[in-house]
Amino acid sequence: MIELDELVHDFLIESCENLDRIDRDLVVLEKTPDDLSIVAGVFRSIHSIKGACGFLGFTRLESVSHVGENLLSKLRTGELSVTEEITSSLLSLVDAVRSMLGDIEKTGKDGNNEYSELVAELSRLQALENSHQAQVLSESPAPSDTPSIESLASEPIVDANPVSNATSVPVVPAIATAVVEIAKTESPVESPKAVAASTSGGEAKSPSAADNNIRVDVGLLDKLMNLVGELVLARNQILQVSATLENPTLIATTQRLNLITTELQEGVMKTRMQPIGNIWSKLPRVVRDLALSCSKQVRVEMEGAETELDKTIIEAIKDPLTHIVRNSVDHGIESPEVRVARGKTAEGRLSLRAYHESGQVILEINDDGNGIDGKRVKAKAVERGLLTQEQADKLPDREAIYLIFLPGFSTAEKITNVSGRGVGMDVVKTNIERIGGLVDIQSNLGFGSTIRIRIPLTLAIIPALMVSCEGNRFAIPQVSLLELLRVEPEDSSTKIEWVNGTPVIRLRGSLLPLVSLGQELKLCSQEKAFQSGINVVVLQADDRQFGLVIDEIQDTGEIVVKPLSKRLKAIPVYAGATILGDGQVALILDVMQLAQRANIVSESRNANTSDVDAASDVDTHSAKTQSLLVFESSDGQACAVQLSSLTRLEEVERANLETSGGQTVIQYRDQIMPLIDMSMALGGCSIVSSGDAPTTQVLVYGSEGKAIGLMVHRISDIVHEELKIISSSTRPGIAYTAVVQGRVTEIIDVCQLIQNYAPEFSDNACSLTARDLPFVPDVKDYLEQLLPTETAQ
Amino acid sequence: MNSPAKKKQYCTFQLGNLDFGVEVLNVQEVMLQPTITAVPLAPQVVRGLMNLRGQIVPSIDLRERLGLPTSTERLPMCVVLTSDDGPVSLLVDQIGDVVEIGEEAFEPTPATVQGETRKIVAGVYKLENRLLLVLDVDRALTFELEVCGAA
Repeated sequence: MIELDELVHDFLIESCENLDRIDRDLVVLEKTPDDLSIVAGVFRSIHSIKGACGFLGFTRLESVSHVGENLLSKLRTGELSVTEEITSSLLSLVDAVRSMLGDIEKTGKDGNNEYSELVAELSRLQALENSHQAQVLSESPAPSDTPSIESLASEPIVDANPVSNATSVPVVPAIATAVVEIAKTESPVESPKAVAASTSGGEAKSPSAADNNIRVDVGLLDKLMNLVGELVLARNQILQVSATLENPTLIATTQRLNLITTELQEGVMKTRMQPIGNIWSKLPRVVRDLALSCSKQVRVEMEGAETELDKTIIEAIKDPLTHIVRNSVDHGIESPEVRVARGKTAEGRLSLRAYHESGQVILEINDDGNGIDGKRVKAKAVERGLLTQEQADKLPDREAIYLIFLPGFSTAEKITNVSGRGVGMDVVKTNIERIGGLVDIQSNLGFGSTIRIRIPLTLAIIPALMVSCEGNRFAIPQVSLLELLRVEPEDSSTKIEWVNGTPVIRLRGSLLPLVSLGQELKLCSQEKAFQSGINVVVLQADDRQFGLVIDEIQDTGEIVVKPLSKRLKAIPVYAGATILGDGQVALILDVMQLAQRANIVSESRNANTSDVDAASDVDTHSAKTQSLLVFESSDGQACAVQLSSLTRLEEVERANLETSGGQTVIQYRDQIMPLIDMSMALGGCSIVSSGDAPTTQVLVYGSEGKAIGLMVHRISDIVHEELKIISSSTRPGIAYTAVVQGRVTEIIDVCQLIQNYAPEFSDNACSLTARDLPFVPDVKDYLEQLLPTETAQ
Repeated sequence: MNSPAKKKQYCTFQLGNLDFGVEVLNVQEVMLQPTITAVPLAPQVVRGLMNLRGQIVPSIDLRERLGLPTSTERLPMCVVLTSDDGPVSLLVDQIGDVVEIGEEAFEPTPATVQGETRKIVAGVYKLENRLLLVLDVDRALTFELEVCGAA
């Protein structure tokens, strides 16, 4: 209940502001009827009022604004042009909405007045052709009457004169028209108010909801914040002085000053920061109502609601966020039947995440719905004339999803209350870019989409570690901080080792590359940086870890991030600057950029398998534990293959082995299956000729259509364990060597084997080499690529 | 003669043996130079950042900018200019008076003045016993962007 009240309360404040703006815009619009940006502005304002009504259940208000929106929509697309009559009706609409808001505030309901006349009038105007507009005279009582000059009250004329004088249009006819214009815009403003007053018994001042809140210019807050910062510095100095003077009165006063300053500082800070949960808390209801109206089931998950953002940023992302969430529910998540048919749970999931990353706040809105269909997006864009067919054909589907950010784009099949008017993602994008953010979208057709918003956290306060290097102090955001190390030169367990000039240390068994901050910032030479015992800050950049070598670790603290001057933004390694307790400036390091600069995060992440171990907890390819089938080759060497891609194990009679075209084959389930002799492949002697057992074991890969077998000497075990990779490929057919159950074991690269020993099996896939695949290539994937072409032949 | 309306006020400062002037409208304040935090990797002309009442302001070493010999010592004064990217501080040797000069004393920079000086000097005022070089604020600061862009 409290939540609802708060929701309505916010809605009232916001709508009152919107209405005031519409009032102003409409008056301007009448003077410059061709300015479509104003129409668009008014349209959006009405749209958001209407949208909010929908959630809050104010159906009357919704239906009235809906009609207005339809009219504005036509104006926006140019189907109708702005006339005085239309403006008048729109202004009376504003008044109607205003009086309904007044009712809501008093009674919690949107009144009993249907405003049917106004609705009829707006609908009529909307249906008009351009040519007819001029000659209409309506009988509806209130606003739409085209005011004749005689009927104008004298009052507006008096008002109007100074206005036209002020704008220095001294020509007499101009005054006359100005009078008419102003009078026309003003008269409807007056009349419905009177109506409202008579119906609802006097709503003298409508927005009393706003009485307990004042809106303060953020610029003013900024100024206050800076002043408080100065006050803190002055306080610090006085504290120092008073300590030396030993004057009891001064000391007492100083302590009071100290306390007050601290509280003031906290207070001013608080005025600006808000947890993102404030705006999130409204979303579950929005989602619930919306899901209900489109008969879907949606569960909302939230993570990081305590992430604090600057007030300005919170305000700026509120609407975009609501838009995105509505889009996800309306377009993304499928109806329960469809979901079940696709093997998903009937209830859709919408998750919101917020977290700090390298001095920015990241918001992720993820749903497990249908994702975005690049082809459909293209088709719509062409249909809406945003793209030519030719352009569309050239555009890859993957990139096509970005088309949803174009103004006027919507994939909704029909215009609903919820979405489909094409004021969606373009507004989202412009609003977020206005605050210096970025919107990115990732979609996996059939599995959902993720919208990621990156917001710079210009004024946010972040915890940071202060370090020094060559006399300079730097702040490192604590989000990227993992641990602190001290490396003594004589300590053999953590000594610095060199890989061809690159320093590394062993940290709990894995190698940690070292980067000297002094060297990266060209403050000192490498020799100096690693001369003696060093302090290392272990940092996380993307999915890599590295150690940053610095001179001294100072302390941790909350710092206020301030943006760097544009003139210095081109230096990538700084995320901003901050002012320290002693009043000095310190630079904030951008860990990500620093890592890039030092080549820690490089282009190819798949290439070296030896790194997999070091990054095992973050790298998805390393997939914690592996299931392996271990077997012995004829010379007793342990080998293993991944169990997951294996189809089955067979034991075959040696007598059944045949040879066809130099290849050992066997008749297997009514087809001829080629066999690869693993012992021979790995450089041993042939199993067929050497062994004396009557049978041999075969690992079968592939399916009914086409299968291939690997003959092995002896299967010893199936293990599930975390691999300790020792080295990468030592010879053909081996992906890498690892320790499995205490034995050095060669992990077989089956794809490569098949290619080498049964080339006819992989004729059509010469281009696909095992090297292209990350980690150990999955044979199943590999075969799937081969088989369709094979079976088709 | 010219009407007084054509007179402009200049805040003057010295740099080596040169007299410079900046229109007072561009000057936010003149102050003793506070401690500066160096910015590694920044172009040479950027001495660093300073804290101006809670605002972080880049400091430009005008000596470096003009190719004059730079002292590693702390330059004593700074002139804080307003720019569209917030205030920027210029480090100078000494602050002079604010002078009011008529348009008639103005002359474009002599063609023989070359190099960096030419780029940032908008013109010269002939004063009684000295010449006052008018600093082209935009160009003096725009240059920074280019340096950074290349860096």
